[in-house]
Amino acid sequence: MTILKNFFVEFPERLIYDPEARIARFIDWAGDTFAFLWGAIRQFLLRFADITHAFLDFVPWSVFVVVLFIAGWRLTSWKMGLLLAVLTFAIGMFGYWDNMLLSLTIILAGVIISVILGLPLGIIMSKSEKLEAVMRVVLDTMQTLPAYAYLIPALMFFGFGRAAGLVAVIIFALPPLIRLTYLGITNISDEMIEAGLSFGSSPMQMLFKIELPQALKSIAAGINQTTMMAVSMIVLAAMIGAEGAGRQGVALILYRAVVGQRAAEAVVAGFVLVFMAIILDRLIQGFTERFDKGGE
Amino acid sequence: MAKAVDIKNISVVFGTSKQKQAAKELLDSDLTAAEIREKTGATVAVRNLDFSIKEGELFVIVGLSGSGKSSFIRTLNLLNKPIRGQIFVGDEELTAFDAKKLRQYRQNDVSMVFQNFALLTHRSVIGNVEYPLEVQGVGEKKRRETAMEAIKLVGLDGWEEHMTFQLSGGMKQRVGLARALTNDPELLLMDEPYSALDPLIRRDMQDQLLKLEDEMDRTILFITHDMNEAFRLGDRIALMKDAEIVQIGTPDEFFDKPANDYVKNFIADVDKTRILKVRSIMEKPTYVAKKGDGVKETLQKVKENDMGFCYVTDEKRKFLGYVRLEQLQRSKGKTIDRLINEDDTVIYRNAYLREAWSKLSEAEYDLPVVDGKGRLRGILNYDVVVDALAAQ
Repeated sequence: MTILKNFFVEFPERLIYDPEARIARFIDWAGDTFAFLWGAIRQFLLRFADITHAFLDFVPWSVFVVVLFIAGWRLTSWKMGLLLAVLTFAIGMFGYWDNMLLSLTIILAGVIISVILGLPLGIIMSKSEKLEAVMRVVLDTMQTLPAYAYLIPALMFFGFGRAAGLVAVIIFALPPLIRLTYLGITNISDEMIEAGLSFGSSPMQMLFKIELPQALKSIAAGINQTTMMAVSMIVLAAMIGAEGAGRQGVALILYRAVVGQRAAEAVVAGFVLVFMAIILDRLIQGFTERFDKGGE
Repeated sequence: MAKAVDIKNISVVFGTSKQKQAAKELLDSDLTAAEIREKTGATVAVRNLDFSIKEGELFVIVGLSGSGKSSFIRTLNLLNKPIRGQIFVGDEELTAFDAKKLRQYRQNDVSMVFQNFALLTHRSVIGNVEYPLEVQGVGEKKRRETAMEAIKLVGLDGWEEHMTFQLSGGMKQRVGLARALTNDPELLLMDEPYSALDPLIRRDMQDQLLKLEDEMDRTILFITHDMNEAFRLGDRIALMKDAEIVQIGTPDEFFDKPANDYVKNFIADVDKTRILKVRSIMEKPTYVAKKGDGVKETLQKVKENDMGFCYVTDEKRKFLGYVRLEQLQRSKGKTIDRLINEDDTVIYRNAYLREAWSKLSEAEYDLPVVDGKGRLRGILNYDVVVDALAAQ
């Protein structure tokens, strides 16, 4: 009796299975075995971030402001253009221009790579039921995991720094784009698909002349969500050095200010980050509405 | 150009492959479609259809929703794959096509008009109409030209640059029709094309279709749930119920010999004289001479067929007039050209019987029936018309 009681009430010690050692071994194994792969990915990501940063840094601030004004004006209204220009100018006035570029680099690079990966994945997912079933589980898991969880695999294989930060951003920001690409393609009406097939379209013609154009609205919404996810991930990613070793982007400043309880600094950095989010959101919204007008 | 379609024992079943296999075994049994569904879980949408559509015919399938007519029309471009049976379009067996041949067939020989238009909303009117040519790889200039012709044909010129959401329902379906005509198909499939339109516009569209059909040379399969529409349009009609054909025949035959009470009920509300068209009761002329034919051989043919006179057309079948037997016997000329009696008492083949009646009652002989281009398409016999009208 007491044996049973001991066994079923308190968790028996001899059943405790210590996974840590095994996981550590697995990580070591994966890290060593695919070292060349992680290395290559790391190099690629660093190069990509470098080029993106070099480009952003090359553009004078004044051009930035003017371009955003024109974009806002063309896409929505002159008021929008003015808002975007003022927000951009404010970031400069706060003394955050260079720090902003460091954060923007990771966001932009993350979004671009997400699109390069997410579009094909969404398309393949819409074509294969088996892959769809697998991806659904993976995507659901990815979207329920806390954002911190993404830092771990990134750190495991890429170490501290920009590559790991980018990986974390990409893993976090990718799911909505895949999902919305998939939804956009599978939600096209049966009749429209039948129309395409009935005129003898090849699978490629179906994809490029019917499915993708029809899914464009949904894909644009996906890119918007992906961008917002990237913006929200940048602070966490900064913790693992996303903005570059020894460099301080807005996100890292914010993080450190919060941790060090420097309220004023945190508020300013927070505003800069919010401004960035507003600018990106408005720009992409503007593009999306353009599609709406042309597409409905 | 137009091709005949032979449907041989075609069945379409929906369900998982296991269910389908089980249902396939039962297709020839006495079980109804509903019973097969209960037993196997599979839906029998089309069951053992076996009939032919003649070349150049406007064939209508009518039936309530769920009768299987839309599932059937989709077998003719293999959007639905029949579980068994064969379909021949012209001499070619459609059901044996591989992917490449099927694509070619869909690109060149067949096209479809859809109930809800199925226009590509990301393209303009002309962008939609030229889509079939784009798929074929036709160059941009040629593509535009052909598409513009089709747009003019359906009366939408001036609208080509508009986006489709700017159009009314009737105009959208005109775009659908124009799109289906650009690849110059031999077989045109129309799946309840006018059901989504309001009645006035529907009538316009029907008239337009009859006018277009008159000038084209292609086989049309038209699906509808509206018996009036079926009778207005169809050369022959098939009535479908529960995945099977209940009756097949000309409109006249439906009125004459309805196969059962279901058919009787279905046609109860149809006013025959308003619906029956000349084309549905006209007959094929026994012999027609061509301009330039010799007197001797014409005389021989006329005698052979025991005729008192025969109609004469030019080489494009355009109706010219007639020659009488006595003329042929008396003539010393070589060809019949100078003997032709010009005659303008002709009946348009899409005229309703009511309109034809007055002309026919004045004439002493059978009247020639012509299409919109003046080509001789048949003859209208006085007795047949009396019979048809009296049968009501």
